[in-house]
Amino acid sequence: MTTADAAVLEPGALDALIEALAGRGLRVVGPTVRDGAIVLDELASAADLPTGVGDVQEPGGYRLFERGDGAFFGYAASPHSPKQFLFPASTRLFRARRNGGAAVEFEEPDAPERPLALFVRPCELHAIAVQDRVFLHGQHVDRDYASRRRDAFLVVVECGSPASTCFCTSLGTGPEAEGGYDLALTEVVDGEHRFLARAGSERGAEVLAALPQRPAADADRAAAAEVTAGARDSISRRLDTGDLRGLLERSRESPRWDEVAARCLTCANCTLVCPTCFCSSAEDVTSLDGTESERVRRWDTCFSIDHSYIHGGAIRPSSRARYRQWLTHKFGTWNDQFGVSGCVGCGRCIAWCPVGIDVTEELAALRAAEEVPDADH
Amino acid sequence: MQTIDELLREAPLFVALEPAQLELIAGCATNVHFEADHVLFREGDPADQFYLVRHGSIALETFAPARGHVLIETVEPGEVLGWSWLFPPYRWHFDARALTEIRATAFDGACLRGKCDDDPALGYALMTRFARVMIERLQWTRMRLLDVYGNVGAR
Amino acid sequence: MSALAEPSLAEATVPRPFAVAERRRETADTWTLELEPLGGPALTPLPGQFTMLYAFGIGEVPISVSGRNGERLVQTVRAVGAVTEAICASEPGAVLGVRGPFGNAWPLELAEGRDLVIVAGGIGLAPLHGALEHALNHRERYRGLTLLYGARTPADLLYRVELAELRERGGLQLEVTVDAADEQWRGHVGVVPKLVGRAGFDPRDAIALVVGPEIMMRYAIEALADRGIAADRMFVSMERNMRCGLGHCGHCQLGPTLICRDGPVYSAAAMAELMEVREL
Repeated sequence: MTTADAAVLEPGALDALIEALAGRGLRVVGPTVRDGAIVLDELASAADLPTGVGDVQEPGGYRLFERGDGAFFGYAASPHSPKQFLFPASTRLFRARRNGGAAVEFEEPDAPERPLALFVRPCELHAIAVQDRVFLHGQHVDRDYASRRRDAFLVVVECGSPASTCFCTSLGTGPEAEGGYDLALTEVVDGEHRFLARAGSERGAEVLAALPQRPAADADRAAAAEVTAGARDSISRRLDTGDLRGLLERSRESPRWDEVAARCLTCANCTLVCPTCFCSSAEDVTSLDGTESERVRRWDTCFSIDHSYIHGGAIRPSSRARYRQWLTHKFGTWNDQFGVSGCVGCGRCIAWCPVGIDVTEELAALRAAEEVPDADH
Repeated sequence: MQTIDELLREAPLFVALEPAQLELIAGCATNVHFEADHVLFREGDPADQFYLVRHGSIALETFAPARGHVLIETVEPGEVLGWSWLFPPYRWHFDARALTEIRATAFDGACLRGKCDDDPALGYALMTRFARVMIERLQWTRMRLLDVYGNVGAR
Repeated sequence: MSALAEPSLAEATVPRPFAVAERRRETADTWTLELEPLGGPALTPLPGQFTMLYAFGIGEVPISVSGRNGERLVQTVRAVGAVTEAICASEPGAVLGVRGPFGNAWPLELAEGRDLVIVAGGIGLAPLHGALEHALNHRERYRGLTLLYGARTPADLLYRVELAELRERGGLQLEVTVDAADEQWRGHVGVVPKLVGRAGFDPRDAIALVVGPEIMMRYAIEALADRGIAADRMFVSMERNMRCGLGHCGHCQLGPTLICRDGPVYSAAAMAELMEVREL
C-alpha cells in the first residue's frame, strides 16, 4: 500500500470530487441517511453524505447517533452494499413480443443508464471482487453485471470507525484498502479535518489531479495510518478461518444445525444485506393484452422453501437444512465453486439478523463440536 | 446342456455348499420343461417344490375379482421360484404360469425338508441362502411400493 | 471432461425463437417435441446437455436434449407444472424460446472399445436417448451395448415404437421391465436394478450411464457396483432446481458443485457422498 502519490484534500473538496465524477457522465452513488439507516443512493453533493453520523451495531441491533465531530464517513457497513447497483434487485433480462399469430420475437434489454461512481468500503471492494468471480470469470458472463461493472469508478473510503459486528481483519479485507480501486480516501478528524487521497488507477489519478489539494506530508501519512491502525485495534470480533471449507464439509450432520434452526426465522435478512449473495430468480411480467412479456430477474434467497424446489417438493424443506446451506456455501463450498471465500467479514448479517445469529459464533461452535465428538448437546 | 451337478455347483443359491450337501440336494432334483402358458401351480396348492429357472420367464400372478389375473412379478433365468415349501402350511401363495417355454430344475421340497430335519447343518445352510433370496425380493418389492416414478404432486 | 458446445454471450441470456415442427405424445403426461430454429444456425448439443425452454409469458425450464433430427432439437418433456404444461400443449407452429445448450456431456469416448451399459428409469431415458442414438449410429466403436429400461407401467414407457424397432434390429441387449403390469404385458415385471444382475457385460471393462428418479439411481448403482463396475466408471445425470443454466443464480447447487455448470453428468464416485446427505 503505497502513499507515494498521496494528496491531502480539505472537506470542501468532496463537493469538487462529486462534481468531477458527475462531470464525466458518471452516476455518483454513495452513503446517505434515510429511514434511520445509512443507505446507498445517488449523491448530488457532499451535503447528501451522512455528516457527523455514526452507527452502533450489534447482533440484531443497528442504530445511528450524532458523533458531534462532522465526520463524513464515521460509520461502518450499512444495510445497503454495492450490489444494490451492480447487481440490482430487479433488472430486465429480455423482452418477448408476440407478432400476431404464433410468432415470438426476443429483444435484448436496453443498456443501463450512466456508468456508476461508487463510494465503497474496503470490505465492499472485496465483495465486488467476489461477485466479479461469479458473474464475469465463469464460463458465462452475466451481461447485465458486466455492463454495470465495466465502467464503474470505485472510490474506496478506508475505515476509521468499525462496528462491533465487523470482522474484516480475520478475512484480510480491511480496514485498509489494498488495490482494486480508482481512488482511495482516508478521513482524518483528529486535529485538522482532512482526507488522505491516493489514486489507484489512471482514471483515479486524472480525477484526483483536478481537485483542490496539497501534497501529503509525513504527518498526514502518519495520521491516516493511525486511523486505520486504530480501526484495526478496535475490531474485537474474530473468526478462526483455518480450513473452514473442510470444517463445514465434516459438519454436515452436526447437532449445532438443530440449535441454530431453533432460532433462525429464515427471514432472509442476511442474504438481502450480504454484499456477495447473488442468488436470483426470473419471472415473466406480461402486458395486459398478452402481446408482450418481460423476463425480469429478481434477488432470491436460499432461505426460501421455493429455492430448492423441484417438481414434487423442496429438497431443503427444513430451516435446519436451509441455514446449513447458507453458512456452508458462504464459508465453504463457495471456495469449491468460485475459488474464494464468499464472506468478506462486513458483519451485516450479524447486525440485521432479527434474532442476532452471529456467523462467527456459529462457526466457532461447529469447530468446538468437532473437538468433543461425543459430548451431549 | 448342463447336468444337475454342474448346475448346482454354479448356481449362486448353492454357492459354498459342501460336496456332500450338494449331492444330497441333487438327489432331490429333476430337470423339467414346460410349454408357454403352462400353469405350474395355483394359489392354495400344496407347496412341495421349488424351482431354479434356467430358461424362460415365469409369471407370478394372483386372481382378483373384476381384475382377472394380475401379474405381480416375473421370475427370470437364474432366479429361484418358491419358498413356501420351507414353512407350514406348505401352500403356494400365488399362481405361477409360464410366460414362455420354460426349462428349469425342480427340487422336491418335501424330500429336502426331511433331509434338513436329519441334518440341521444342511437345514441352516439352505435357510440362510433362501433368506438372502427373500431379502432381495423384499428390497425390490419395497422399491416398487415407493412408486419412484410417480408425480409427487399428483398423489 | 467432454467438449462443450458453447453459446455466444447473447444466446446465453436471450432466448432464440424455435418453432415446434412435430409433437408426439409418449405417455399420459409426456410429449416429445421437435424444435426447428427460426433463423440462425442449428444448435449442436452433445448427448447429456440440456437447454432452457421458454414458454411465452409463463416461464423457463431446463429440459435435457434427447437427440437431434437434422436441424431440429428433439426434446421430451413431462408436464408437471405451469411451464411444462404450456410447452407440452404447444402445437406444431407454436414458437418457444431456446437458450443453450448448457452443461456437460456423457463421456462416450470413455466407453469406446468397452461394454456400454445404459440404465434408465421412467423419463430418465430422455437424457440418455442421445447417448443411445450415438452408440447405435457408431455401433462399431463399442464392444457390447446394453439398454436396461423400466417404468411404472407399460403405458409409461417412452419411445415404445422405437424400442420395438430396436428389438427387431438387434445389435444391442435390450431388457424392458415395468413395476406393475397391465393385461397385455408379457415382459419382465420388477424394478430396473433387478435387470442388472443378469445383464451380459464385463464389469471389469464397462461404462454405465444411469438416469432415473434418485432412489432408482441409488439402487441401480448399488446393483452395478455389486456386479463389479467401479464407481468412476458409472455416470449419472443429477437434477436440481436449475433456473439460469449459466452458473449465476445459485439454485442448482448440490454441495460444492453447480449442476448447470459442472454437470448434469457426474461420475457415481463424485456423487456417492453427496447423494447420502439428506436435504443437501
